[in-house]
Amino acid sequence: MTTTINIKPVSTDVSNLPVLEISKLTVGYLGNEALQRVVHEVSLVVRPGEVVALVGESGSGKTTMAQAVIGLLAENGRLEAGAVRLNGADIAGWSQKQLDTIRGSKITLIPQDPTSSLNPVKTIGAQVAEVLQIHRQGSRAEIDERVIKLLALVGLSQPELRAKQYPHELSGGMRQRVLIAIAVALRPALIIADEPTSALDVTVQKRILDLIDELRREYGTAVLLVTHDLGVAADRANHTVVLKGGRIQEEGPTAEVLASPRSDYTRKLLADAPSLGKTRPASRKRSPRLVGRDDAVVVKNLVQDFAVGRRDVFRAVDNVSFTVRRGTTHAIVGESGSGKTTTARSIVGFLKPTTGRILVDGIDVTSLRGENLRRFRKTIQLVYQNPFTSLDPRQTIFQIIEEPLLNFGSLPREDRARKVQAILERVGLPQSVLTRRPHALSGGQLQRVAIARALVLDPQVLVLDEAVSALDVTVQAQILTLLDELQRALELTYLFISHDLAVVRQISDTVSVLHNGRQVDIGPVEDVFQRPGSAYTRELISAIPGQRNGNQYSFP
Amino acid sequence: MTGLNTIGRSSLRDDADIPASASKASTHTSLVAHRLKPLRGIQPGLVLSWSVMAVVVLWALFPQWFTSYSATVGVARQQLRAPSAEHWLGTDALGRDLLARIIYGAGNSLSGALVAVGVGLVVGTTLGIVAGSARGRIDVAIMRCVDVLLSIPQLLLSLSIVILLGFGIVNAAIAVGITSIASFARLARSEVVRVRASDYVEAAFGSGGTFSRVLLRHILPNSLTSVIAFAALQLGWAILTISTLGFLGYGAPPPTPEWGLLIAEGRNYLARAWWLTTVPGVVVILVVLSANRISQSFGKARA
Repeated sequence: MTTTINIKPVSTDVSNLPVLEISKLTVGYLGNEALQRVVHEVSLVVRPGEVVALVGESGSGKTTMAQAVIGLLAENGRLEAGAVRLNGADIAGWSQKQLDTIRGSKITLIPQDPTSSLNPVKTIGAQVAEVLQIHRQGSRAEIDERVIKLLALVGLSQPELRAKQYPHELSGGMRQRVLIAIAVALRPALIIADEPTSALDVTVQKRILDLIDELRREYGTAVLLVTHDLGVAADRANHTVVLKGGRIQEEGPTAEVLASPRSDYTRKLLADAPSLGKTRPASRKRSPRLVGRDDAVVVKNLVQDFAVGRRDVFRAVDNVSFTVRRGTTHAIVGESGSGKTTTARSIVGFLKPTTGRILVDGIDVTSLRGENLRRFRKTIQLVYQNPFTSLDPRQTIFQIIEEPLLNFGSLPREDRARKVQAILERVGLPQSVLTRRPHALSGGQLQRVAIARALVLDPQVLVLDEAVSALDVTVQAQILTLLDELQRALELTYLFISHDLAVVRQISDTVSVLHNGRQVDIGPVEDVFQRPGSAYTRELISAIPGQRNGNQYSFP
Repeated sequence: MTGLNTIGRSSLRDDADIPASASKASTHTSLVAHRLKPLRGIQPGLVLSWSVMAVVVLWALFPQWFTSYSATVGVARQQLRAPSAEHWLGTDALGRDLLARIIYGAGNSLSGALVAVGVGLVVGTTLGIVAGSARGRIDVAIMRCVDVLLSIPQLLLSLSIVILLGFGIVNAAIAVGITSIASFARLARSEVVRVRASDYVEAAFGSGGTFSRVLLRHILPNSLTSVIAFAALQLGWAILTISTLGFLGYGAPPPTPEWGLLIAEGRNYLARAWWLTTVPGVVVILVVLSANRISQSFGKARA
């Protein structure tokens, strides 16, 4: 495969002169005693019209690098050594004042989180105009006109209206478009996109990345794409740099890096990335005898309304029905606002459905109240998306896992301790974590603790609400493997709520696709993937990164 | 808290078998820990605040260790003396040693402040917790009463309560305490509502927790930290307000040594003996500032 994207070099010598050349960049953070280095002698080159992906997990130093390039390191960050050459001029030693003259005009940043990156008390128009005013681009009327043009350019409908609106009136995808409009306003030579789509739904992600691509083609802008998602890098970048612990593990043309990775770390990343067209490994396909005969969860015509104001009613879930066989995994897929989390909460018994029936392990959840509802909780447990908020920060890990046991029955202290230790071993954590508190553990370890807490009551059904979405790919792969082992060992039934179709394809047996509260597709996972029953499902599947230009990489 | 954090993280590296995945949030905490590190050394302001508090508490507990003079009985023909080796801070119009009166006054002012904060803390926090955890009509009823309390100027409210209860240092303290109920109730309620909405509280209900268990195990411990920091802040405020009441003549009756009363008594001699008002005033300011600084450090430890 040649380059995935057509670059139009103006002439050879121009294209050879890099927009950005980072050489032996070393960045550290000032601590109590010493400087802690987080980026070690990293060098990379971005040429005009090129997309260079900086790939790594959290803590790899990729964001620090992006910040160092644009001079926005945290207060205690120190650029120790190395050069950052922008169009040949070394800007590494520049003062903030000097950098102000190029930030926004020559080099711009698309930040990660569109929800917190816009000023809530200023209109969209004023915020786009700001960058033009700072760099003195014409009169007021001219600027207003250009703002409208820019908003139209990034594909916002009714740009005149949008310019007058405030950030909270726009969706996440629209806000990200506004940030892109600000970034491209002065046709910079280089755009640094720091995880520009990580906070967005897959279909929105695809549209935003397409937009960046289009703008790049049109203006010949170079893009430094910081991402944790190898699939995104595979689709969009000509050149990929893999970073781990602040050191370059591997770099080269994206196609080469993906087809024949040289470093073990890249191979591991590739193997763990769910988005790169991987299906459930054969070893994890269960023999049918483990699958129970009866249905662990039955949902019939579930409807959930929420009151909006005094009279209006918002229908979050509209007539959803599915059944889950004991010992299998059923996934509920949809974008934010599709009603998937509401469905999960109704099944667990946190919400009373407006109409419809839910049977879990033969018990009608909708009719349960008070003590019966409390008893029912033993049957079904929920694992939350974010382990940092779902575990009490003041409790030790032991207390966290022990608590459900205290709620039910009168197990003596030694038995409880034994049970906690056993379950901890089951989820693959050492006994030494028992005395620690959540802040001393990493995200992956905390999610294991959350799973242990859910399993300590020996439930029949586990509801996993985006349980792996907040984790790095390698940790995600480990947790998915763990879930699979647990399912086989304990004959658990999983209800797997996710927005990530690639992960769903790996772990599920059956799947429901929700869109605006309606179930648009249901069936065995391979059927839905191969023969999607609705246009929406087709759109979702095509939006999975890592499959553009027919790139279906296969890995050992 | 930051100390714990680093200990946990460094010992984590022993577990080679677990994936040492530095997730986003833990990188963030390490950065925060990093930034706080220089603060963990000596903070002169905080040390000073604690020493001011220690001295004042010792004054309150063992006044006789610090002065040989009586706080209430004056020495004849030694009225309105300027500070000297004999009387470090001079004497007042009745020949009483000012330093002795300040030292003995610490007991009255501090115990008054403690009673005031105690009343506010216990009553206010209880109301706030009930309102925040019960929600619905009870919440509305309690919080509207609290709003009414807040709408009355605090000094006016405490003056009326003193008139109702009768004069005296304990009554003044109770009056001050009642005026702070509203702020404690609001803070406690907002914290309880915040903690109630968190995933771990829902998870606790989800794993079969009863209401009272979840309240005791999760909601209270997690919402009380900021209430306690606020109580430390209120301590300084209470000393100030009790002194105000004393100054206005609604607090301890003379000749009780009480800081507000000392300032009030001294004001008649402002031209001849300025130290009689200034020194007790400075002491009040120092104690209030120290209480604020200490409360701030509580708040930081929480974050």
